[in-house]
Amino acid sequence: MTPGFANPVLGAQSSFRAVLYTLSHPGSIRELKDAPHAPAPLNPAAAALALALCDADTSLWQDGGSAIAEWLRFHTGAPPAPLHEARFLIATGAAPPLASLALGSDEAPQDGATLFLQVAALEAAPGWRLTGPGIEIATDLRVTGLAPGFAAQRAALASLFPRGIDIVLCAGSMIAALPRTTRIEVT
Amino acid sequence: MTDTHTPHRRRWMSILARASAAELRAHLADGPGLPAHAPLRGPEIGLVMLRGRMGGDGAPFNLTETTVTRCTVEMAGRMGHATVLGRDQGQAELAAVLDAALQDPPLGLFTQVVEPLAAAQAQARALTARRAEATRVQFFTLAAMR
Repeated sequence: MTPGFANPVLGAQSSFRAVLYTLSHPGSIRELKDAPHAPAPLNPAAAALALALCDADTSLWQDGGSAIAEWLRFHTGAPPAPLHEARFLIATGAAPPLASLALGSDEAPQDGATLFLQVAALEAAPGWRLTGPGIEIATDLRVTGLAPGFAAQRAALASLFPRGIDIVLCAGSMIAALPRTTRIEVT
Repeated sequence: MTDTHTPHRRRWMSILARASAAELRAHLADGPGLPAHAPLRGPEIGLVMLRGRMGGDGAPFNLTETTVTRCTVEMAGRMGHATVLGRDQGQAELAAVLDAALQDPPLGLFTQVVEPLAAAQAQARALTARRAEATRVQFFTLAAMR
């Protein structure tokens, strides 16, 4: 067992601020300070997001094994849930099939899942061209470590708007977010 | 790995939680040395809802919220937990450290720390009980004679 934030209040506040910023400015990359060291394969960014956003009232699914399950249970108290019901998901390996996740309803689109997806690296460089709400013209984001069909799989959900899922990409202690309204063009 | 959920452990956690920080520190000072510990969570202060049962054994109800301080430490691969009434962070941390140590205690830790505290607490309870007993009023009723 390893500790959570060194300063629980400031760590949670700054992580929340970073997620808020990256969801509001899709494609921007932010570093989470005071990101804790959690058991492998959970990376510091995903661990920090779990501590900041998950608690006993938010169901959580993760694919990283029992050491991570114990760490998350101790620090967040989040109840585990199956893939299609979980409010929050942490994918340390391959992304789960996005259409199987909770998508919310037309009356309650906010019930759609939030996926913390671990990737190898995030760079502000050509790779994906992002457009949509929160982006003035376009933003470049290069993501390393995602399966090739990911952008297409995500684009298939766009017609379901306002239902959908929101994704936060986590690399080391950096995050970038893809709210459901962002369009990705693979360049 | 020893099984840590034992009545033995419940008893010592209960005794440690009722001891003040000063008592814990005093008993630790002349006890055997303990391995180093690392903080895992807290000490942090929060609220819990105390629950009671109607008439002592009936339907549960919310009695009151109360302030507690909890702490979890790691010592030699074991986790020590403590939750104490009140806001004394030092007390919670010391109790957690002792809880971790007592799961694999160095020689003498039990007799030097836990047993004296248990005896002192039992004595205090007995004194309170005696004082309360002295105020008990006996009621006598006479059955009507036919």
